[in-house]
Amino acid sequence: MLNTADILETIQMIRQENLDIRTVTMGISLFDCVSEDSNRLCEKIYDKITTKAEKLVLTGEAIEKEYGIPIVNKRVSVTPVSLIGGAHSPDTYVQIAKTLDRAADTLGIHFIGGFSALVEKGFTDAARNLVDAIPEALSVTDKVCSSVNVASTKAGINMDAVRLMGKTVKQTALLTKDAGSIGCAKLVVFANVPQDNPFMAGAFHGVGEPECAVNVGVSGPGVVSAAIKRAGDCDLSALADVIKKTAFKITRVGQLVAAEAANRLDVPFGIIDLSLAPTPAVGDSVARILEEMGLSCCGAHGTTAALAMLNDAVKKGGVMASSHVGGLSGAFIPVSEDEGMIAAVSGGCLTIEKLEAMTAVCSVGLDMIAVPGDTSEAVISGIIADEISIGVANTKTTAVRLIPAYGKKEGDTVSFGGLLGYAPVIRLNTASPEKFIARGGRIPAPIHSLKN
Amino acid sequence: MKAVISVTGKDNVGIIAGVSALCAERGANILDITQSVLSEYFAMIMLTDIDALQIPFAQFVDELAAFGRQRGLEIHTMHEDIFNTMHHI
Repeated sequence: MLNTADILETIQMIRQENLDIRTVTMGISLFDCVSEDSNRLCEKIYDKITTKAEKLVLTGEAIEKEYGIPIVNKRVSVTPVSLIGGAHSPDTYVQIAKTLDRAADTLGIHFIGGFSALVEKGFTDAARNLVDAIPEALSVTDKVCSSVNVASTKAGINMDAVRLMGKTVKQTALLTKDAGSIGCAKLVVFANVPQDNPFMAGAFHGVGEPECAVNVGVSGPGVVSAAIKRAGDCDLSALADVIKKTAFKITRVGQLVAAEAANRLDVPFGIIDLSLAPTPAVGDSVARILEEMGLSCCGAHGTTAALAMLNDAVKKGGVMASSHVGGLSGAFIPVSEDEGMIAAVSGGCLTIEKLEAMTAVCSVGLDMIAVPGDTSEAVISGIIADEISIGVANTKTTAVRLIPAYGKKEGDTVSFGGLLGYAPVIRLNTASPEKFIARGGRIPAPIHSLKN
Repeated sequence: MKAVISVTGKDNVGIIAGVSALCAERGANILDITQSVLSEYFAMIMLTDIDALQIPFAQFVDELAAFGRQRGLEIHTMHEDIFNTMHHI
């Protein structure tokens, strides 16, 4: 018989500490949809997605009910569209984005990712056309997410792409200005992008992936925070153990759901993404975990160390709980999607420079940060270049998802709604990196000996 | 398949009788019960075999939850595997 305390602990985690499965994401290959006729291409894409993922939402809901664990998002990721769009014009890419949006509506899913290009070494004509189409594509769709990988540790940084993404982000903000520049919340610039990430906006179904796979992203900042609180005044070795054990339990649930979903959908199980993904809800914040560890405010000196320890302990606990780990796997620190981060930025304790330092030791990067609407393209490119360099030099994934909120200035608030949350517009250093960015070319791949 | 029914809330007369009656009516076979009352706080865990359930499991979950709400109790009915995977290696 199961232990009563264990059962009550699980129920408390779900009911009071916001334990949930953040996303069940079905990855679908679109390689067999290639066609030189744009209408035929869109038709094949729509048919394939709506057939493969037909039962995704119903299956997710059935598992949710049976196991009593909320599955917050059901999503689809597809092959990077630039790899299947061939020589089609930017207009056709916009048409593809609309097709993806229509498929997402039919399925009843929350987001669809994969309007993406991989340009770490250079642009193909197709990738160029896709990037040119991004601002319009994101302004005429609701559920399509886009990502561009501009760098990798092996290839270095494509600075032409970094420059272009500064412009693309600004243009997307302009075209979606009536909705708080929300298009930018669905656009990520990556270094070392993972091929199997289930989280948006950066999800796509990579080139080495099978025809179809189920990837699951877990969550649970509230559970970790509550466990740390219960642990009381222990030292950091003991605290690391508490975090590991909690992460293990959280991830086991993810593994169970992933295996069950893969089985019921008759699709291979891909990976579990061991991420602590916050939401704007009170009690579901990564910033509050750091504060529970002993910082007066997220952003205080000591934050990077606390986050490094948290991130490491989450991975150590999660790895044993899951048969395959992948995706982004680490603590997320999106500002607008984390109640504690929002409070820390609003109170002036958390700055973009500190956030940048934090991204060196945790998952993802400068995420969901609202910046003044009049920020120049060059400054946005400069922020992207800095963040991407951290990923390239440290052989890790980093990303940038900035929202230059049209018409907003420092101290204003932008609201995106739902899980995307709301964000105070952060202060930026506006000194110009224009000449550096305008140079273009590539920053060579870093050397991996002589480590200093 | 086995399901764990957990019942928590303020103690009152007939909680076990009520939950058991509902299980019997719907074809859930009770395998084990642990129950305790701590300073008027009632906690019961019931392990049931639901292979012969006469209604869809989702409906059974909802019926038990509704029964709990009428009596000021929280009743969660979940597949036993979620507890096994989380707490047993």
